[in-house]
Amino acid sequence: MSEVKLVEETAKSGITILTEMPKISIKAEIIFHLFGFGITNSMIASAIVFLLTIFIAVYYKNQSTKTRKGNFYYLIKFFVKSTYDLFRSVLGEKTDVFFPLLFAFFFYILLQNWFGLLPGVGSLMIKVVEEHEEIFIPLLRGNNADLNTTLALAMISVFSIQFFSIKYLGIKKYLHKFFNFSDPISFFVGILDILSEFSKILSFAFRLFGNIFAGEVLLTIVAFLVPVLASFPFIGLEIFVGFVQALVFSMLTAVFISGAIVEHS
Amino acid sequence: MSTEAMKLLSVAIAIAVGAIGPALGIGMIGSKAVEALGRNPEAESAIRTTMILALAFAEAIAIYALVVALILKFA
Repeated sequence: MSEVKLVEETAKSGITILTEMPKISIKAEIIFHLFGFGITNSMIASAIVFLLTIFIAVYYKNQSTKTRKGNFYYLIKFFVKSTYDLFRSVLGEKTDVFFPLLFAFFFYILLQNWFGLLPGVGSLMIKVVEEHEEIFIPLLRGNNADLNTTLALAMISVFSIQFFSIKYLGIKKYLHKFFNFSDPISFFVGILDILSEFSKILSFAFRLFGNIFAGEVLLTIVAFLVPVLASFPFIGLEIFVGFVQALVFSMLTAVFISGAIVEHS
Repeated sequence: MSTEAMKLLSVAIAIAVGAIGPALGIGMIGSKAVEALGRNPEAESAIRTTMILALAFAEAIAIYALVVALILKFA
């Protein structure tokens, strides 16, 4: 019965009213194709946040040379300063070398997570034709709620850990960590170390994806169950979770880097 | 038992069993952090940072179970 009403409503006014359980999609949906390459809704969101990040970075750079600085400059500076102090407690003297990468991780992931909570992200729908059938899909999707993004971030993180390890230890000592033929125990530990490098990618990717995607599902379900006011505390929780996950991602990278650039006896 | 019922049951079991370990872990982390705070109140900020990091690790395990449950439910 409600199905029929729903369709009629759509035909008359062009606006669909959600009367049933919201559909949750675990993967990002394709909005349109560009040269045969599917552009998904999370990619559009990521492009927006990417431009925003560049804009803030350029703004910060310009403001830093002026004598009278804006309030926003000091807000960013507060973030930079406190994360710098935090990473300094992990990396010590070498913080300056790694700080650009770590802060880029932190700031980009933080903006992505918070962008995903803005009103309109996930609720603005667009009509697309898929296999001769019109369906409604969200125009924007929180980028870290897409496993592809978090996997890419995790791979950047883990590969840069390997890169810095080779740079600081030299290729010989780096390989010696994984292929140690001096005794059987070290040999098996080396094999386990190789596996743990790959599992780092998975754990980075699933931790971020799981937290953010679970948050989105939670917000959708709560808004469906109690439409008014009930989702407010959960939004507060998700803002906090987004911050903590950005911090955890960059902090873990810092901890792994600090472990990878020193030689273990 | 129908396939649909089995699927729903597996979703429930996945998240319920998966939440036990992290719940115990988070409880331990919290209790130890409070203990440490009682012994050394000056180190509050350091304890808080470490605690939140450790909480995030413990929570991640529950999140893995949640991801599995969500995949079973929605995919």
